[in-house]
Amino acid sequence: MAELTYRDALRSALIEEMDHDRRVILIGEDIGVYQGTFRVTADLLQRYGPTRVIDTPISELGFVGAAIGMAMLGLRPVVEVMTWNFSLLAMDQIVNNAAKLRYFSGGQVNVPLVIRGPNGAGVQLSAQHSQSLEATYAHFPGLYVVAPATPAEAKGLLRTAIRSQDPVIFLENAALYGLKGEVPDSDFALPFGKAAVVRNGRDATVIAYSRMVHAAVAAAEQLAGEGTEAEVISLRSLRPLDMATVVESVARTHRAVVVQEQWKPFGAAAEIAMRIYEEAFDQLDSPVERVTGADVPMPYARTLEARAVPHEADIVAAVKKTLGKQ
Amino acid sequence: MDTRSVKTAPPRDLGRDELAAAVEWYGKMVLVRRFEEEAEREFRRGKIGGYLHVYSGQEAVAAGFLSAIRPDDIFFTAYRDHAHALFRGAAPGAVMAELFGKATGLAKGKGGSMHLFDVARGFYGGYGIVGGHIPLATGAAFALRYQQADRICLCFLGDGAMNSGSFHEPANLAGLWGKQGLCPIVYIVENNQYAMGTPVDRSSAVTNLASRFSTYGIENERADGMDFIEVRRLAGRAVRRVRETGRPYAVELLTYRFAGHGAADLFQPYRTKDEIAQARQRDPITLLEDLLRATGALSDGEVKRARADAERVVTDAVRFAEESPPPAPEELYRDIYGADG
Ligand SMILES: Cc1ncc(C[n+]2csc(CCOP(=O)(O)OP(=O)(O)O)c2C)c(N)n1
Ligand SMILES: [Mg+2]
Repeated sequence: MAELTYRDALRSALIEEMDHDRRVILIGEDIGVYQGTFRVTADLLQRYGPTRVIDTPISELGFVGAAIGMAMLGLRPVVEVMTWNFSLLAMDQIVNNAAKLRYFSGGQVNVPLVIRGPNGAGVQLSAQHSQSLEATYAHFPGLYVVAPATPAEAKGLLRTAIRSQDPVIFLENAALYGLKGEVPDSDFALPFGKAAVVRNGRDATVIAYSRMVHAAVAAAEQLAGEGTEAEVISLRSLRPLDMATVVESVARTHRAVVVQEQWKPFGAAAEIAMRIYEEAFDQLDSPVERVTGADVPMPYARTLEARAVPHEADIVAAVKKTLGKQ
Repeated sequence: MDTRSVKTAPPRDLGRDELAAAVEWYGKMVLVRRFEEEAEREFRRGKIGGYLHVYSGQEAVAAGFLSAIRPDDIFFTAYRDHAHALFRGAAPGAVMAELFGKATGLAKGKGGSMHLFDVARGFYGGYGIVGGHIPLATGAAFALRYQQADRICLCFLGDGAMNSGSFHEPANLAGLWGKQGLCPIVYIVENNQYAMGTPVDRSSAVTNLASRFSTYGIENERADGMDFIEVRRLAGRAVRRVRETGRPYAVELLTYRFAGHGAADLFQPYRTKDEIAQARQRDPITLLEDLLRATGALSDGEVKRARADAERVVTDAVRFAEESPPPAPEELYRDIYGADG
């Protein structure tokens, strides 16, 4: 075990995979000389040279597409998008090529590709730079979508992502890069489709991923002070979605709250809530609650922005609602 | 330069190997033309669904280039892709079966006409989003050189595709990567004068399409795409140079699409019958046939035999496709993720 930041956990996964597999290369804007916008790739250009750490022009479509072509030929590119907002320029490549090539080629090619970068709101980055795109990508068969909440999850999931045979949408979070946590040493990997119960509780299940796991844990601590024990699940991956862990928990607590940073309509929480209804309806003592971001483009003003993202207090209120304690 | 105004093939001295290759590829071109005519007929009979884009008129382009590369080289193209698969040696039955949506098709009936793949032969597909394959081919070329191979990649694209962002971004990347000898790719613009109904002069501010590659530091040339011998010679030079240097190269080949854009393009209001008839005066297959007859490399009997062979191969391909089973229902959920998924 070592204590690492989320950033260094990611970076160490990159280093270990690059050391043991020459097929792994990094591609992205300002990841080399500039050291990476969030310094996840700091010093890697020096370590591996410009053919393995490739600084690109501002051509998201071009370099994501090129990385898909490299993956088709057997390389294992890890693409950094400066933020997931910019992936929209590469969306055709991700959706029409990466996700579907295995299928429409009748299994003749596969795309072992990772696209990683920060997803979700930062601090006062306003409308174009604050989006959460997990549900958008999780919609498409052929993609994996993962969203680590802790340094250990970051490292373990990135390892699995780089070794995957198929494209992975790897959603980091700018607010988490500095977060410290224990990370197991050596060959540590976490499988996709396996959620973690990060806090045990008997009264309600709070289901979250990425940064919202921390809001959920904070809410659970607060509720504990009031005598309510909330269980918190970190989903780790949205596609595949580990419903077994969710259903097992809901079968004990009989109440569920799903938390997401993104807009409410057609979001991840809608899907997860519906799956709970489909697979555990009889276990529920109250309707599933959703805690989500406000259904607006992200405003700039600090005061407005604070109202647009979910907070601990919203989760506390939602849990109480499932318990009939308004 | 307008191919329709080029009257006679220039006199040339053909080497023995070159002649032998020309005779062989003449036969393949005859087969491809016959295959495409049959595909159109099967579409009208309702045996082929979806979109169907045939290659008739453009054969010398793919034939010229695919006759000039090595078995371990690779290539990508768009949706007008039957000829590319056939020229590379895919079984005509497997190609037809794919069009018929059968389990024995090249892609198990999951891709159809627009998504032919034959990776064992270096054919990395058939793509339906105009321009969307250009970044893939560019990255694939990088990967070949990264793996220290001297293999090269061909990227066929349409005149229309040159106006999409998915052309310009990878072209710039290729220019950059080429400076380090890391992008062994030949971009082959199949300028058949139209993108659906839009002619080049209404879609491109600069109508010399080859010259547009200069913007990205990619050397380029423009040539007659109806003349198999000329295309093949040019291809040989381009491929050799790209293999040696790891730098990209671009070729614009002037050609013409004899059929509609797709099988649904019945009335073709964007061009006249006269224009088509005039273009057919320079049918690439007839041009090659005339040349080979004139050199004595091809007799009347051999021409007849090439046509009869094509007829038989295509008839067999249709029968194979007809008799093949549809994909098993379980195929619906296969090939989405690999074994780890
Ligand atoms: C991005 C995109 N836009 C539009 C279309 C519809 N479309 C299909 S083929 C085509 C014309 C392409 O022309 P060109 O690149 O010259 O190729 P050609 O058909 O002449 O071989 C269009 C507009 C598409 N498939 N993809
Ligand atoms: Mg065209």
